Amino acid sequence: MALLLKDGLPVEDPWISLDDAVEAIPDGPVIVSLDRWRRDRAVLVARNSPVGVRLKSSQRTGEIAPDLDRVALVALEFPKFRDGRAFSTARELRERYGYTGEIRAVGHTLPDQYQFLIRTGFSTVAVPDGANLATWQHALTEIGVAYQAGVAGDTPLSLLRRKVHLAAAPHPQGD
Amino acid sequence: MTHLSSAGAAGIYHYDETDRRFLADRVEQFRRQVARRLSGALTEDEFKPIRLMNGLYLQLHAYMLRIAVPYGVLSSDQMRGLAAIGRRYDRGYGHFTTRQNLQFNWIKLVDVPQILADLAAIDMHAIQTSGNCIRNVTTDQFAGAVADEIVDPRVYAEILRQWSTLHPEFSFLPRKFKIAITGSDHDRAAIAIHDIGIRARRGAGGAVGFEILVGGGLGRSPFLGRRLADWVPEPDLLAYLEAILRIYNQYGRRDNIYKARIKILVHEVGVDRLREQIAAEFERIRGPHYRLDAGIVDAIRSHFAPPPFATLPAVSTALDQARREDPAFARWARSNLTPHQQPGYAAVTLSLKPTGGIPGDATSDQMEAVAALADRYSFGEIRVSHEQNLVLAHVRQDDLPALWRDLGPHGLDTANAGLVGDIISCPGLDYCALANARSIPLAQEISRRFADLDRQHRIGELKIKMSGCINACGHHHVGHIGILGVDKHGVETYQITIGGDATETAALGQVVGPAVGYDRVTDVVESLIALYLERRTDGERFIDTVARIGVGPFKEKVYGAAA
Repeated sequence: MALLLKDGLPVEDPWISLDDAVEAIPDGPVIVSLDRWRRDRAVLVARNSPVGVRLKSSQRTGEIAPDLDRVALVALEFPKFRDGRAFSTARELRERYGYTGEIRAVGHTLPDQYQFLIRTGFSTVAVPDGANLATWQHALTEIGVAYQAGVAGDTPLSLLRRKVHLAAAPHPQGD
Repeated sequence: MTHLSSAGAAGIYHYDETDRRFLADRVEQFRRQVARRLSGALTEDEFKPIRLMNGLYLQLHAYMLRIAVPYGVLSSDQMRGLAAIGRRYDRGYGHFTTRQNLQFNWIKLVDVPQILADLAAIDMHAIQTSGNCIRNVTTDQFAGAVADEIVDPRVYAEILRQWSTLHPEFSFLPRKFKIAITGSDHDRAAIAIHDIGIRARRGAGGAVGFEILVGGGLGRSPFLGRRLADWVPEPDLLAYLEAILRIYNQYGRRDNIYKARIKILVHEVGVDRLREQIAAEFERIRGPHYRLDAGIVDAIRSHFAPPPFATLPAVSTALDQARREDPAFARWARSNLTPHQQPGYAAVTLSLKPTGGIPGDATSDQMEAVAALADRYSFGEIRVSHEQNLVLAHVRQDDLPALWRDLGPHGLDTANAGLVGDIISCPGLDYCALANARSIPLAQEISRRFADLDRQHRIGELKIKMSGCINACGHHHVGHIGILGVDKHGVETYQITIGGDATETAALGQVVGPAVGYDRVTDVVESLIALYLERRTDGERFIDTVARIGVGPFKEKVYGAAA
């Protein structure tokens, strides 16, 4: 089973990811595909447990947008780490739709992408079996400077803005 | 450090502590990534995009490291640092590219973390010179100097450099993404052949805004950029680009590497529909979060303040006298000087295309010589042009005869900028794993055939561009004469086009006739030029004649009446 990371630390995963082929819906929080959500929405909503929806990298935010207030988690799939569509999907969920639930990266991701995931609005990452936890944790600290606006608490155009203060300050002697 | 009166005073973006901390972080990160690759924690498949995003390619014989020269601007100290790297880790030379970058072709993987550390010491890196991300932003090699400039594009190129550096959303795009910006009506940055081409303009009251082209690109499906917007106001520049990139990241094709560039999305969706989608996204995200404030622009602009020019007469008597007295100098001055904004100054092209040389190659000795000359004559600043030459952008006209004499011993005084010998060429089969045919030896042969510089001057402006495969790194589609190497049943064969143009009148060249063998290419080039000389009218350049009389007469000249 994949290890779940939040803020670089492993956390318990209360969610069960349901395969479309499994008819029975267990108790407790479940993550279903977008197809399953559409098919079984009434049943899923009627239960008294949170529901999460899993989007393929080709599925856009518009397809889940009307339902976001009933969805406690959106899982975005990375079929390959090179497929970067979910970075835009996550960001849209946050910035365009104001989604505040959990956004989870599932599939093939690399530690080297961890900061990008956080900065585009992901909250958790399901990392592959056998992943080196220390590498993932370290990845979060590797680059301490961001040059552009992101989702996770970055001030708008933060680094560019810094230049204004620098330009306003007197030049150090011997420059 | 020796303090020279004018050195280091040119407008160059100077790193601050935060920029340096970023670079140090990045070097350390890559050191760990290499260690993970060597330990097997990263597969080659996983390591590949990581090394590519640090400019590291695996070529035919060795690793190639492509170093970013942001919008082609270097300080003399940076040039000296590059020379030292070339000497220590390569074979004492480097290759300047059509993306205004520098490539070292003989690099060992184990050396790369240290090379990146050496680069960081001169505020340089190899970030995003490769990979499916936003690449080094390129611009006019005469930016901030040339007389016909309307807006200094370096200011916006630097803003885009910062904005695109490790962009969290756009580092795993469907394919590479190239942006070029010009600030003149005359486009020396080839914006029409970039994924996004930007023309900075001025509107009412002098306000800066941008015309945006999208979907230009060469390769196996060449397209010229289509106009996406006539006027994007300065504060909206980043929001508009974010909108374009977001649409591309989501809708660009990922099923086929050859159809993944944004030009294919533009072609398949249609520019009008794409414009609507981008406009809708732009309207959604427009606002304080992505707004480019005037204060930020001013702060960046302060880095590019004009150097301390002397007040000089517009006409230099020393220059005029040298022109009259020395025909060789006069010839060089005719082809290698560009009019400057500042009276009494000129921008100078140092040709990296000596007769029989390898286009764009410079030895470490030459790099050091250029650095010293930049300190002496041009405020310690150097440019790399997309035509693979170097530029000293701010030279006193009075100093030109002395500069020219100083260039000679280093083989940097070839009087052929913009002429037949000023060939753009990719590395071709001699280095590149993708190439189907040789390009460097052919460029050398053509250059030798036209070794007579007076003959080159009589022929006038003529841009030969050559690629060793369909990926078109040598921009052959937009060459006045374009040469494309293909592999035809194991034989190197060359397809020749004429009438291509990379400027504001951008056009794709038309095929002259059936492809020819390696041994015939130089003869064909000579025949094309001969016909042009027979048919040209006064003041007509090669491409003007092609436009006026069409391809037919050229085809007949090369292949005979029966063709």
